Amino acid sequence: MALLTTSDLRVYFHTRNGLVKAVDGISFSVEEGKTYAIIGESGSGKSVACYSMLGLVPMPPGKIESGEVWFENQDLLKLSESQLRKIRGKGISIIFQDPMTTLNPFLKIGDQLIEPLRLHFGMSKKDAWQKGVQILEEVGIKNPAQRMKSWPFEFSGGMRQRVVIAMALVTEPKIIIADEPTTALDVTVQAQILKLLKELQVRRNIGVIFISHDLSVVADIADEIAVMQNGIFVEQGTRDAIFSNPQHAYTKKLLAAVPDSEKTNQQHENTYLISADNISVHFSGNKGEGVLKAVDDVSLKIKQHEILGLVGESGSGKSTTGRAILRLLDLANGKIVFNNEDISHYSRAEMKPLRRQMQMIFQDPYASLNPRTSVYDTLAEPLLLHKIVAKKNLDSEVFSLMDSVGLSRESVLRYPHEFSGGQRQRIAIGRAIATKPAFIVADEPVSALDVTIQSQILDLLLNLVNEFNLTMLFISHDLGVVRYLADRVLVMKDGKLVEEGAVHEIFNNPQEAYTRALLDAIPGKSLLGVG
Amino acid sequence: MWRFIGFRTLQAIPVIFAVITITFFLVRAAPGGPFSSEKAVSEQVKAALEAQFQLDLPPHEQYLAYLTDLIKGDFGPSFNFPGRSVNELIFQGLPVTAELGFYALLIAVVVGTLSGVIASLKPNSLQDYIPMSFAMVGICMPSFLLGPTLVLVFSIWLGWLPVSGWGSIPGDKILPSITLGAMYAAYIARLSRAGMLEVLSQDYLRTARAKGLPEYKVIIKHALRGGLIPVVAFLGPAFAGLLSGSFVVETVFQVPGLGRFYIQAAFNRDYTMILGTTVFLATLIVLFNLLSDVLAAWLNPRLRYQFRK
Repeated sequence: MALLTTSDLRVYFHTRNGLVKAVDGISFSVEEGKTYAIIGESGSGKSVACYSMLGLVPMPPGKIESGEVWFENQDLLKLSESQLRKIRGKGISIIFQDPMTTLNPFLKIGDQLIEPLRLHFGMSKKDAWQKGVQILEEVGIKNPAQRMKSWPFEFSGGMRQRVVIAMALVTEPKIIIADEPTTALDVTVQAQILKLLKELQVRRNIGVIFISHDLSVVADIADEIAVMQNGIFVEQGTRDAIFSNPQHAYTKKLLAAVPDSEKTNQQHENTYLISADNISVHFSGNKGEGVLKAVDDVSLKIKQHEILGLVGESGSGKSTTGRAILRLLDLANGKIVFNNEDISHYSRAEMKPLRRQMQMIFQDPYASLNPRTSVYDTLAEPLLLHKIVAKKNLDSEVFSLMDSVGLSRESVLRYPHEFSGGQRQRIAIGRAIATKPAFIVADEPVSALDVTIQSQILDLLLNLVNEFNLTMLFISHDLGVVRYLADRVLVMKDGKLVEEGAVHEIFNNPQEAYTRALLDAIPGKSLLGVG
Repeated sequence: MWRFIGFRTLQAIPVIFAVITITFFLVRAAPGGPFSSEKAVSEQVKAALEAQFQLDLPPHEQYLAYLTDLIKGDFGPSFNFPGRSVNELIFQGLPVTAELGFYALLIAVVVGTLSGVIASLKPNSLQDYIPMSFAMVGICMPSFLLGPTLVLVFSIWLGWLPVSGWGSIPGDKILPSITLGAMYAAYIARLSRAGMLEVLSQDYLRTARAKGLPEYKVIIKHALRGGLIPVVAFLGPAFAGLLSGSFVVETVFQVPGLGRFYIQAAFNRDYTMILGTTVFLATLIVLFNLLSDVLAAWLNPRLRYQFRK
């Protein structure tokens, strides 16, 4: 029997810039104990659709134009605010995307966890607290009784997401809306959370609406899938039908965008552009805590024109390694040789002439661009700083950079906020290649992007590597992406290298348990044929 | 936490020492002296007076003598009020200034946060524009203008409240307190509005709503704490401003507080009195800054956590 049936739901936004049809007539139903996945890029309307059912979309500017949402014999869209409040958090709960921001930093975990119990069932604080301890244990938090008294910031991202899941489950809802619940997490943590969700769902017979931009994430857990684009479901069907026989062009594009192919092997010259021998980076902690060995005795060599993938979970020291190689950090031990030059102990001034040859691309294109600097100034700055072009040739050089990274010349005077995430990353890449560097460290350059955008940026990087004869250290937690791009892979854990090898060796015949665990954590391997 | 408080107290010592030293030499560098204004003083009398107050000693000896007295908690005798010590005079004026400051702070915090929070709940509407316009006026209007304006309206035109004084006629404390508190109420209103607006856009408020909490609980339980941290951090500097602001208000309304002594002392080059009140106020300001930091830490668990280490 269907727990929740939505028909012809339309949510429009009446904004100053005109009408936005965020959700434009979608119908679906969620069964007991089943997972209904809604897949789409950011802005496709998937979150708006779900939030509007619970009255959580700000109105105005939002307005529900038509539709019915039947849950427990009532049409949610016809309920008053106070009636809806009795459904929220009790009949239907939501798990939000980013566990770092969805918990109130000023309240203890326990207080937040028992809030819905006190509210919906009027439980005494003592009873609710006990129930909270139970549910924390159920989602796999150790020492639950003690952890109830912890603050959110004392938990890691994965642990916080467990708390958020506990918070959604504590009232024993019929339906859970999971809005990209694993997007902000590492791949191994993601696998744990997905497994946990599935177990809890089966045990409690809950209906789940699972929202994601990534088809591979839902490949293992969804029963039915809807693919959403521009406010409508372009395709709906069972999981197997969607994966084995996609009908709509957009679904095919999404499936194709999952980076699952392996890079064809290329021959490289046997000279090393950069090599790091036994480097260590230490961070001094607070007094009495000793030093944190973020990078511990790591050696790596990158050949001319090679892309080396560096893989690991967050906290494994992979970003620190990248920064240390660029000498953005000081080394505790070890030696770095760039272009036959020992740069291990170069001062800032000595590094400066080398900087134009070594550049970095950062993860978050929203944060790494100065919001008050236009594209023109962003790209012109390194050119002027390193005196690469004469002033009179500056315009043409900026334009040719924009062409290289696929930005239209008309947008030269625009500011970062006027661009989408993918376009911003293009700007960031343009800035990095402006100085015609020999070596680039790309630190999770596509992690913040939608899948289809991801594949475009990866292709752009590949093209640039060939066109400009670049050498690259590519850092990522996403094995699929690394496999697509890299020639060789290094796996890092707790500041140390655990495995090294050519891409096909690592993926087909991993030697270390940790590497296998990383590979096993890739969602949807079987259906997508990865690994 | 105690370590943090201890550390901050130690930090305060060089600050206060610097205040003492700079003030000590600055007042002496000002033209004129405590006895130069008196007309009919002969050279001998002046010399006798200066000897009595140790002004005939070289400056560094005066300085050392003053420091020795200070360590004993003695601000020395007043030059201008013969036979009375600075300590006596400070403690005579302090209760009045403290009372005035307390009322003003109360008005500032209550009116300021309330109007800031109300404004933040419906940004860019009348509910926002009206209190924020008042806040803008409050910030722009100096108290020596606001005070007489209030007197003109409420005392002279309407006749509701007394024109001046403190504690002699019922209601005479109202206008001075409002005059002093208005500007800080305005600052706090703007701070709390900005703080609340920032918190209101946070994801965890959406979480709270998704739990089914009614809006007032979302605001009170989940938003206020984070939203008002900037206000608490502002209380320290606000207290300093209130003290120096009270001197103006005390003069406008003829309130017999510390400020009166302070201003007179400056005119009369009453060295010990200027020094005494300055050092006393500096200590209070340092103390209140510490208090407001501790309060902010109490509200913000993450800060507290750092202190514990």
